[in-house]
Amino acid sequence: MVSIHLILFLVFGAVAVAGAVNLLAQTHPINGALSLIAVMAALAGEYLLLGAEFVAAVQVIVYAGAIMVLFVFVIMLLNAGVEERTKGSRVAIIVGVPGMLIGSVLVAWILLTRSGTQSVPVGALPGAPTIIGDLLFHQFLLPFEVTSILILIAIMGAVVLASKPQAVQKRKEH
Amino acid sequence: MPLWVYILASVIKSAVVLGVLLTAVAYTVWLERKVVGHMQNRWGPTRVGPFGLLQPAADGIKFLFKEDLTPPHVYKPLYIAAPMIAVIFALTSIAVIPFGNPVQVGNYSIPLQITTDVNIGLLLILGVTSIGVYGVALAGWSSNNKYSLLGGLRASAQMVSYEISLGLSLVGVLIMSGSFSLNDIVRAQQGHFLGIIPRWNIFHGQFLGFFIYLIAAYAETNRIPFDLPEAETELVAGYHTEYSAMKFAMFFMAEYANMITVACLATLMFLGGWNGPIFGPYALQVILPVFWFVAKVFVFLFLYIWVRGTLPRFRYDQLMAFGWKFLLPLALFNLLATAIAVAL
Repeated sequence: MVSIHLILFLVFGAVAVAGAVNLLAQTHPINGALSLIAVMAALAGEYLLLGAEFVAAVQVIVYAGAIMVLFVFVIMLLNAGVEERTKGSRVAIIVGVPGMLIGSVLVAWILLTRSGTQSVPVGALPGAPTIIGDLLFHQFLLPFEVTSILILIAIMGAVVLASKPQAVQKRKEH
Repeated sequence: MPLWVYILASVIKSAVVLGVLLTAVAYTVWLERKVVGHMQNRWGPTRVGPFGLLQPAADGIKFLFKEDLTPPHVYKPLYIAAPMIAVIFALTSIAVIPFGNPVQVGNYSIPLQITTDVNIGLLLILGVTSIGVYGVALAGWSSNNKYSLLGGLRASAQMVSYEISLGLSLVGVLIMSGSFSLNDIVRAQQGHFLGIIPRWNIFHGQFLGFFIYLIAAYAETNRIPFDLPEAETELVAGYHTEYSAMKFAMFFMAEYANMITVACLATLMFLGGWNGPIFGPYALQVILPVFWFVAKVFVFLFLYIWVRGTLPRFRYDQLMAFGWKFLLPLALFNLLATAIAVAL
């Protein structure tokens, strides 16, 4: 039965796959970054179809709106040029693309026929913000706190990496 | 309600709201020129029409007829797409903003909001604001010009930094209302204290939150005192140097549309939305909430323009230090204080 949900699922899925393939096919990194933004937005649409509204909104705000902005900043500041085609990369395309296609067909066939999962109906994972808050602070409190400490360590590491090394500063003072 | 009624109502609402929003963008420019002019002891536009009221029309015609020059050294796809991205996302967030109580037409109750009441309305607006940063960043980069690149990067870094404080100031309101839905937040602000003071969130404990939101909103929309990325345009260059005519107009339309969206959000969150004295026959009861909403948005916009005429601008390092070292800790403190006050 062809319902609007099936059509939407296929549209978002097509955009995600097309974006991902375009990311690999483009030679200029900025085009790749923009394709990745399209993939993130399509995934947010898929989350919405599952009923996980909060996750969809946070996907757009955090992933497409902050993390990809940083990717785009780095590409702009490093002035990364167009990708060059060498002999090695040509071999990689000739061997890799059919290999990846065969591999993905194999994985899809195994998942569809051998694993015990069924297809997920629309709206199967309701995720109102109250439900997620409840889960996050009661059932998943330990992973939540550990993740926040992990992020803190990453921030401190970034600050240390970005500052000048102490030895160089001391030598300059003498 | 049946599907055709829903679609018809949505189309009519979209047309009306978009028409009003675009006219409001044009006349906010007029208002700014008049108010800043009077603050500087001169008349603003006076020649074109009575009180210069046809000035926006003249400006629109000028932009349409100007030569739309595309320099040869730009990266064309992104050069053309960047102003479109800026304008599209500036105009999209008006879709979840409710303007008044639901209207009873025949058998159907039609909400005064282009979408129906979305459970996560607030998050949608924050998401659209986050994506709007790309318009500025890509415009700066695709112009293939050192000054544009620096201006674009500075503007987008500023917008991303102040988005955090903006979101945090809104979380205080969220804690007090208990819902992300904009209708629920406005409904939670009905009624009065002591018979006179309305229960708006600004009087109900979010005074600090309102001022954090105000400052973060000025920085988000690149307005004085945070408009160094644009002042560079006047002095040296900026992200819209290489743009002429309609594309330039699209960037400015995006900026003023962002201002109006931010003002609408402030009235919904802090100034009680459309709550106000309602009296009279049914037609008046439908129009009065919208009137109060528009009046509060107008006050907020006037505040924007007033500050523009008064304050000098921050230097870029002062701007970033202020956002990260002062405003963010203050927003976190506001969040903590609100959470403790609500929990106790």
